[in-house]
This record gives sequence, C-alpha cells and structure tokens, in this order.
Amino acid sequence: MSSVNLTIDGKPVQAEADATILETARRAGIKIPTLCYLEELNVIGACRLCLVRVEGARALQPACVARVAEGMVVRTNTPDVLQARRLNLELILSNHPRECLTCPRNNNCELQQLAADFGLEEIRFEGEITPYPVDDSSPALVRDPRKCVLCRRCVAVCEQVQGVSAISVQERGFNTIVAPAFLDPLGSVACVNCGQCALVCPTAAIHEKDQTAAVWAALADPQKHVVVQTAPAVRVSIGEMFGLKPGEVVTGKLVAALRHLGFDRVFDTDFSADLTIMEEGSELLSRLKEGGRLPLITSCSPGWIKFIEHFYPALLSNLSTCKSPQQMFGALAKTYYAQKAGIDPADIFVVSIMPCTAKKFEAGRPEMNSSGYQDVDVVLTTRELGKMLKQAGVDFDSLSEEEYDDPLGISTGAGVIFGATGGVMEAALRTAYELVTGETLEPVDFTAVRGMAGVKEAAVNLNGTELKLAVAHGLGNARKVLDAVSSGEKTFHFIEIMCCPGGCIGGGGQPIPTNTEIRAKRIAGIYRADREMPRRKSHENPAVQALYKEFLEQPLGYKSHELLHTHYEPRGQF
Amino acid sequence: MVDSKEWEELLARHRDQPAALIQVLHRAQEMHGYLPREVLKEISAALNVPLSKVYGVVSFYSFFTTSPKGRHQISLCKGTACYVRGTNQLLDQLERELGLKPGETTADGEFSLSVVRCLGACGLGPVMMIDDDVYARVVPERLAQILDNYRLAGRQAKGA
Ligand code: SF4
Ligand code: SF4
Ligand code: SF4
Repeated sequence: MSSVNLTIDGKPVQAEADATILETARRAGIKIPTLCYLEELNVIGACRLCLVRVEGARALQPACVARVAEGMVVRTNTPDVLQARRLNLELILSNHPRECLTCPRNNNCELQQLAADFGLEEIRFEGEITPYPVDDSSPALVRDPRKCVLCRRCVAVCEQVQGVSAISVQERGFNTIVAPAFLDPLGSVACVNCGQCALVCPTAAIHEKDQTAAVWAALADPQKHVVVQTAPAVRVSIGEMFGLKPGEVVTGKLVAALRHLGFDRVFDTDFSADLTIMEEGSELLSRLKEGGRLPLITSCSPGWIKFIEHFYPALLSNLSTCKSPQQMFGALAKTYYAQKAGIDPADIFVVSIMPCTAKKFEAGRPEMNSSGYQDVDVVLTTRELGKMLKQAGVDFDSLSEEEYDDPLGISTGAGVIFGATGGVMEAALRTAYELVTGETLEPVDFTAVRGMAGVKEAAVNLNGTELKLAVAHGLGNARKVLDAVSSGEKTFHFIEIMCCPGGCIGGGGQPIPTNTEIRAKRIAGIYRADREMPRRKSHENPAVQALYKEFLEQPLGYKSHELLHTHYEPRGQF
Repeated sequence: MVDSKEWEELLARHRDQPAALIQVLHRAQEMHGYLPREVLKEISAALNVPLSKVYGVVSFYSFFTTSPKGRHQISLCKGTACYVRGTNQLLDQLERELGLKPGETTADGEFSLSVVRCLGACGLGPVMMIDDDVYARVVPERLAQILDNYRLAGRQAKGA
C-alpha cells in the first residue's frame, strides 16, 4: 500500500493511502471525539461528533469514514468544527433523559464524558423522550431504550463478534429502537446473556442487572453464613475500577476487600476450576478409551452453553457433562463445606463474583440445585463488586493483602488460567499428560493454545496417541470451528470454547472499557498469576485431593455425577 | 389460501440467499396477505438471515404489515387540512368504538385502520375512506352509523 502525506492541525503526518482521518489523527496523538465509532466493527459515520474541516471540501467531514489523501490539510479544532460538533451533541441529548446522578453508568459514561469535554452549558432543544419502556425480562441484562443513542455498537458486536444477532435496529424515524425481533423482551429470545453489548454500549441503554441489594441484605442477616467465590478473571481486572492498571494482579487485596465487606468465608473459584480439570480430564480420557463421543467440548462458559443449545443442538452430546466451576463450587459449598463446618445448608448463602453476565442466568437454571437448594444464590459482576466496594468506602489500593480461606480457597496455577482463552485446555493438558504418561511435565506451559488468535489449533502426543486440539473464543469463532466439525472438514479430540473474546477476562461483566489492548494486558496478568503459584497442576491441589478422599471418592464417581455433572436442552434457534 | 407447495418452493429457491430478503418478503406478503411471526421465522431460517434483521426490514418499510388486514380497510387522512379539521377526534372516536389504533385490526377481523398522508381531497376534510368509499366532512357522531353499514353488509353477504 502506498502512503500519502498530509497535515493535521499543521502537523505533517504520513498515512497509508486507504487510512481514515480518524485513525491517522489518533496515531499522531490528536484526539477527535467519537460516539458511534467502534474500531473495525462499527464505522458508520452516524453520530457526527467526529466532524473535521478538510480544506477545499464544501462540508465538514466525519473523520471516522473520510479517507486521507495526498496533500490533504485537515483541521480538527477550528471554531466552526467545535460548534458543529457541539450542535450535534446537543441534538443527541435533546431526547436523552438526563438522569446522570442516579444512572448505573454515572461517572463511566461516554455520553456524559463528551458533554463534559465539550463544555456544554445548556441544551437548547427539548425533544420528546423515546416512548419505549425499560425491559428487565432478561436474568442478566436490562435494556433502557430511553438512554439509547442509536449508535448500533451493540448490534455490531452481537452480530459480528458473537454471531447471535439477538438485537437489531427496528422501526423507523422517531420510533427507531434497538431491540429483538417484534420488539420482544430480551429474556424471551435467543440471547446468550454474554453482555458484550453492555461492554460496548457508551451509555446505560444496556447494562447488567444489578443484584447488589440482595447481597447487602444477606450480609446484614445474622442468620446467614455468607460465603463468596471469586472467578479467576476478577483478580486481574477489579483494580481498574479503582484506577489501577489493567492486568495488575490484585488477588490479595481482593480477598481483603471481600472480608472487609463482611463475608464469612472468602473462597476461590480457582479451587473448583482445579476440580473441573479432575472431572473433565477424566471424562476426556474415558471417552478416548471407551470410544465415547468426540470431540469433547468444554462446558465452563454459560453464554457458550446457551448458544449451542439454541444453534447447534446436534452437538449437545459432545459437550462435557461437567458443570462450570461456579456451579461445582455452589453444589459443594452447600454439601461438603456445610458438613465440614457443621452449618445447616439452608443458612449458607453463596455469592459469586464473576466477570460474566451469563453466570447470572446459569445460577438460575432450574437444574442447578443439586445440594437441595439453589446452589449459587447471587452472582455479581466485577462491576457490581466495584460498586459495592465504593459504597462501603473501601480504599482498595491501600488494603494489605490477605489469603483465601481453607478449604475451598486453595488452588493452583491451572485454576487461574481458566480466566484466559486457551486456559482450560492448557490446564487439562497439564493434568492429562501426567496421568497418562506417569511422567512429570516440564515445562508446564502449552503456549500453542495461548494468545488472541480467534481460533487456535494444536496437537499433542499423549503416550503415542496424537490428540488434536482446537480453542475458540468469541461465538463467531466458535461457529467456524463447529461448522468445520459438523461438515467433517476437521476432526478434533478436544475443543475449548469460551463465549467472550479473550476468554473470561473479556467477559461482559468486566470493568468498562474492555477492549483488545486491555484484554491483552489482563491475559498477561493471568499468566503472571499462574507463574507465581507454588503449584501449577490441578491434580496437585491438596484441597482437591482431600475432597476426593473425604467426600467424592473418585472422579466421575457416584457423588460427582450427582453434584458436579449436568445435562443440556435444545432451545430452538429463535 | 396459501398454496403451501408454492410457498415451500419459494423458500427452497432462495435457501441461504440473504440478499433475496426483500424480494421474498414481498412475495410472502402477496401470498399470505400479511407477514405473521411464523412466516418471518420460516424466511429467517431459509434465507439464513437472523430474525432480528428480518423484522428490522419489515418494520422499516411501511409497505410490509405483520397483522392481517380486516375485511374492511379504514383509511383516515392526516394531511394538514384534514388534521386541523379534526382527524384526531375521529381517531379517538374510532379507538372508543372499535378499540383500534392505526396499524391494527379488530379482533373480529372486521376492520383495520391506517392513517394516510393526504388523499388529495383537502376541501372535504376530514376525509375517511372505507374500502373504495370516500366519506367527506366526517364528524365523530356519524362514525357509528357508517361503520354499522359495513357490518351489516358483511352479515348480509354471509347470510346470502
Ligand atoms: S446514560 Fe450517561 S448521559 Fe445518560 S443519564 Fe446515564 S450517565 Fe447520564
Ligand atoms: S447479551 Fe450477547 S447475545 Fe445477548 S444481545 Fe447482548 S451481545 Fe447479543
Ligand atoms: S443500546 Fe447502547 S450500544 Fe446499542 S445502540 Fe443504544 S446506545 Fe448504542
């Protein structure tokens, strides 16, 4: 590609001939405001907040779609440019309910930030507010169409990244709305609850369902023994809510913060991730040995589970029957732990801190009550925990580090890497290799399955058997792998699928912003946390070993089947 | 009634052709009279276009309709002249009389209602059309009687 020379605000810059003015300016350190723009996914020039003046052009140009040219002279901050942008923002705000003080996105809203940056002092137009009511039918997400600026970022992500298209632009003119077909409630359609739409929404028009009140109530109830589990991905992201760098590993501070909130026990989903490896690894080996259905596909990610139930029902028997680590934890907290601690399971209240909105749906699935109670009572996202900590006045960064409680807080590095794409596969290989070969694995790293490539393929030799592996993250990538398997184009033995781009660290419940760069930093944090663990293979987890000895007896045994395994239902594509 | 063989063939001809969406919707509306939910689902599955996109197209073009047409089509003119002479009062009265809003059809399938831009009879406003009959300078009090004529006509036709 040939390159061109132009100037932006008097600064000479070079760019690829097909680059946009926006990309070029950003690379040169010149900030142009945007609202509807989402890199590579949504480039539609709709909001017109990125207008710039191009000398010789009659009208102001939207920088996100306008291309550079040789000799072009661009100005991004002349009075007419600023005035035009301001007018467009005022028009967008003219039918926006300006409830910032009581809004879920207060202080973390792109629209609010733009108004501040533009220095808006008044909004000269008073428009009618969109007539659509709030939709809280989904167990995971709330839609508030009044706050929608019709940027379509959510539509782009749901379609292009997730391959779901649960929502799209409906109706026209003033009645335009982003919604499912027939304006049906989100909870009634084939939405997988991944929350990727909420991550990219610039406003509070789609956000997680806030369940912090239920947790505050449980913490205040003296009758309740409130235990909490933290997913692997939360320890590398919660710091961002308090101004720390993305990917900073803050495990010890997270534990301290939860204890400070008043949880009776602070446990770790990494423990049940190790347990998942014992069960799922055994399942893989048994399917290989006994000619069971292959490829075996992982089942930790509830957005992915709902996706396959809707769109690939023919492959349901390929899924591992293992519950996700969150649900294994819940089942054990109200059985094994209840017995050990001598507490009536009716009094135990299990809270999960998850990077994920789909986990809210998963916890409410009717079959997730193998303890005789709902195994997990409430799921909070990383963002909701951040809010609780702020409400409680926790000065996160100044906390001193603390340790998880025994026994459900003991884990290995294999548990923590569940948080990144490829992690479940790698953790399973670390254990399967040693169980099959009887040799110690050195080094333990399987780097071929790491990284942000959408689909990763690898092979590994297990005592003479060549195991073919695939890893996909983001459901659009999952479709590619599943289509290749269904058509017979490819054969694999074991496939890991995570619903969200980057794996759980990029989940729909994570701090906003979550973008490619931040995902990469969180992944680096996950592998740092892994390296720092004294034990890095699930079968070496002493608390898991004790669990089998005292309670479960053996992987895939009778009790395991009762508590740790599940089944799936086809749901129909609509 | 819909010729199900013709319908199946139409879908089969456009299997996995998202670009044919508008064309297929047109044909479907001709065949079914309107575009009910089940028909849109069949189109979505056959052409491989997500249902949310299919409905997006249907709800964007006013040509497409998702509710069955009544036996009698009421059109109210909301052009400026008719509007100032009381289209809104007529709309209110129709809603009281039939429980009907623009774009809807009564539960008994007798009437459907639409609002149109300008029928070009501005001197006669407010203008209402039922099927091919034009009613000029309609006042709310006259509505009940006008509607009754059509109900009666329907009953007589059935009885005959
Ligand atoms: S969405 Fe943003 S701008 Fe709108 S009320 Fe909430 S914080 Fe304010
Ligand atoms: S939660 Fe996921 S599937 Fe549902 S609308 Fe949002 S992006 Fe689409
Ligand atoms: S819901 Fe959010 S992301 Fe989607 S169009 Fe509206 S403002 Fe944009």
